[in-house]
Amino acid sequence: MLASRAFSLIGKRAISTSICLRGHAGVVKVEDFSLPNYIDRRDIPLPQLEYVRDLSAEQKALKEKEKASWSALSIDEKVGLYRIKFCETFAEMNRGSNEWKTVIGGVLFFFGLTAFIVLWQRLYVYGPVPHTLSEEWVAMQTKRMLDMRVNPIQGFSAKWDYDKNEWKK
Amino acid sequence: MSLLPKPQMRGLLAKRLRFHIVGAMITSLGCAVLYKYGVAEPRKRAYADFYKDYDSMKDFEAMREAGVFESVQPKNS
Repeated sequence: MLASRAFSLIGKRAISTSICLRGHAGVVKVEDFSLPNYIDRRDIPLPQLEYVRDLSAEQKALKEKEKASWSALSIDEKVGLYRIKFCETFAEMNRGSNEWKTVIGGVLFFFGLTAFIVLWQRLYVYGPVPHTLSEEWVAMQTKRMLDMRVNPIQGFSAKWDYDKNEWKK
Repeated sequence: MSLLPKPQMRGLLAKRLRFHIVGAMITSLGCAVLYKYGVAEPRKRAYADFYKDYDSMKDFEAMREAGVFESVQPKNS
């Protein structure tokens, strides 16, 4: 609009030929996704187009019959008209599949594969574990924790019998 | 072709809300009750029982003998 107003300063003839008024016809390519399309979706119950684009002769005859009273149509004709308009019924579109089995199988397979990778890593990549994790050290550590009365009410030292000097049964 | 029964046309949100509100009340109250009587009460009892006959000086002497303190040494050393 502003451009056409600007053109009017140049000359009135310029307005009618300005591209803005014609809506960019012949200049901009029309993208596929901006045209009306057909899609089977639960939240779009009435798509923008009918499913069948090029009707056969019988389908054309059916469409003519549709213009008359609908109670004159037989069940099969009604189904035929439905199938012209729609690709799948709601029941067909919503049907489940067995894809979940493949997904679960794939996930578990890759868990297993990862287990092999992690095992190899533990053996060939990591160095030795710190000396504070050896049995003797852990025993000394446990004794010190009991001496300090770590968590004596519900936790660590609560499970030790101080009179008999052993773990509670 | 036989006619299908007429589906429910109204009150769908109300029905859903009632179901979920009742369920949420029951779930949350249930969780609270389970926690109180499964965790909180046993813990309070355990603490009460521990401190009923607790002699802190005796406990301190035992820890001192074990040698875990830096401020006091065991008695015989």
